[in-house]
Amino acid sequence: MKTAIAVKELYVSYFGSEALKNVSFTVEEGKLVGIIGPNGAGKSTLLKALLNLIQKEKGEVAILGKTIKEMRTKVAYVPQRSSIDWDFPITVFDTVLLGTYPKLGVFKRPKKIDKAFAYECLEKVGMTEFRNRQIGELSGGQQQRVFLARALAQEPEIYLLDEPFVGVDVTSEETIILILKQLRDLGKTVVVVHHDLRKAKEYFNELILLNKELIDFGVVEKVIQPEVLEKAYNIQFSPLTNLEAKA
Amino acid sequence: MINFIDALMYYGFLQKALTTSIMVGVICGVIGCFIILRGMALMGDAISHAVLPGVALSYMLGINFFFGAVFTGVLTSLGIGFISQNSRIKNDVSIGIMFTAAFASGIIMITLMKSSTDLYHILFGNVLAVRPSEMWSTLLIGIFVIVCVYAFYKELLVSSFDSTMAAAYGLPTRVIHYFLMTLLTLVTVASLQTVGIVLVVAMLITPAAAAYLLTNRLWVMLYLSAGIGVLSSILGLYFSYTYNLASGAAIVLAATVLFILAFVFSPKKGLVWRAIKNIRKREMLSR
Repeated sequence: MKTAIAVKELYVSYFGSEALKNVSFTVEEGKLVGIIGPNGAGKSTLLKALLNLIQKEKGEVAILGKTIKEMRTKVAYVPQRSSIDWDFPITVFDTVLLGTYPKLGVFKRPKKIDKAFAYECLEKVGMTEFRNRQIGELSGGQQQRVFLARALAQEPEIYLLDEPFVGVDVTSEETIILILKQLRDLGKTVVVVHHDLRKAKEYFNELILLNKELIDFGVVEKVIQPEVLEKAYNIQFSPLTNLEAKA
Repeated sequence: MINFIDALMYYGFLQKALTTSIMVGVICGVIGCFIILRGMALMGDAISHAVLPGVALSYMLGINFFFGAVFTGVLTSLGIGFISQNSRIKNDVSIGIMFTAAFASGIIMITLMKSSTDLYHILFGNVLAVRPSEMWSTLLIGIFVIVCVYAFYKELLVSSFDSTMAAAYGLPTRVIHYFLMTLLTLVTVASLQTVGIVLVVAMLITPAAAAYLLTNRLWVMLYLSAGIGVLSSILGLYFSYTYNLASGAAIVLAATVLFILAFVFSPKKGLVWRAIKNIRKREMLSR
């Protein structure tokens, strides 16, 4: 088994306040991994640090044994839905076609073969009938499926998804998780930022439990224990519990 | 109208004015699309004003004002980026501080040169007095801008739509930003004679905004925006010549009228269509 992602002693801070502290873990290839933790735990920050989209203070990130700069085209990122301008003049099909851009290089336009492949990816998420719609005319779940199709069109080894199930209908959620599991079975590595603990056992092989520091990392059954979760989530509520204790 | 066409056949200055303003319509329309899609309308206004000290400097040094304009335009956009990245000051505030400073120093430099007529023409444009050399430099800038947009269309599209994805796959998004700022400066310089510094921003955003209401595809938007820009130029010049109005202001108002038409009558997004849809829906429900 090869290592897909290796993070060693990662520190990230925003304007002086620490967002991630001393985070280390490794993800093997062919795993479906969830990143969970309370709000503001640095889950999205971790994904962005993996992609080198934000400055690391300290630490190392290795993607398939190399630096992210050498491996950029092997990683696809699906952003949070709230970060996209849904009024942008672009159709569903053209959005998926963006996924073929990294392989094309400068000055080259997508050819017939790229368009056929984008269509195939759109087919996988069951969205071909909407291909000529403007992306803002879709429901939240449909939008998320289109962005997954775009990631598929990038043909990466590693998929990073930021909160793909927020504001998503049941059918879309099922479609998405099914595809992610298929990708895992094909040997791809999938990392998902997720906030809903209930489905975690069903969805993931391993969990990264985060609250600025790495609280725990390992197979789902081990991490999803109440006493482990408390360590991550209780920190957030502790001022309140203290108050109650005093009263 | 026939008078205008007759005059067009007869007068060289009018031909030059028309050619120049058509080219300005095209390039402002094209660059304007990216400006509004990236939410940089205020930045467009800022850069166009920031060109003024550069123009003044060029006059003093006796060089082509093109160089000075690009210099202060790019310098201002770097300054804006530097302030908003290195302090808690928000981007729009940083834009406001930098461009007014640049504009004010430009005004002082020009008053020191004691030529207020030049200042008036730079600020408000006078396309009927355009010189052949200026027409040619507009053409060269226009060709350069169009070629750049064509060559980097893919990169401009993806970085405007989803800059995180663009950065994630290794596009130099910051370089693209400053590259676009440079193109914006060039377009401003090319538009100096036609609409002037103060109104350039209208030519950048009004046709693009009208086009934005009419289509769901970026490349269609680019063509439409250029087309609306050209139509505004022709209409504006016609009214300017026929009724002896300031050319820049006439062109801008023509663009505004076209925008209002798009706003009211756009299929799917226009006021009229939405009203019809609402009435139909109400009828359906009351049945």
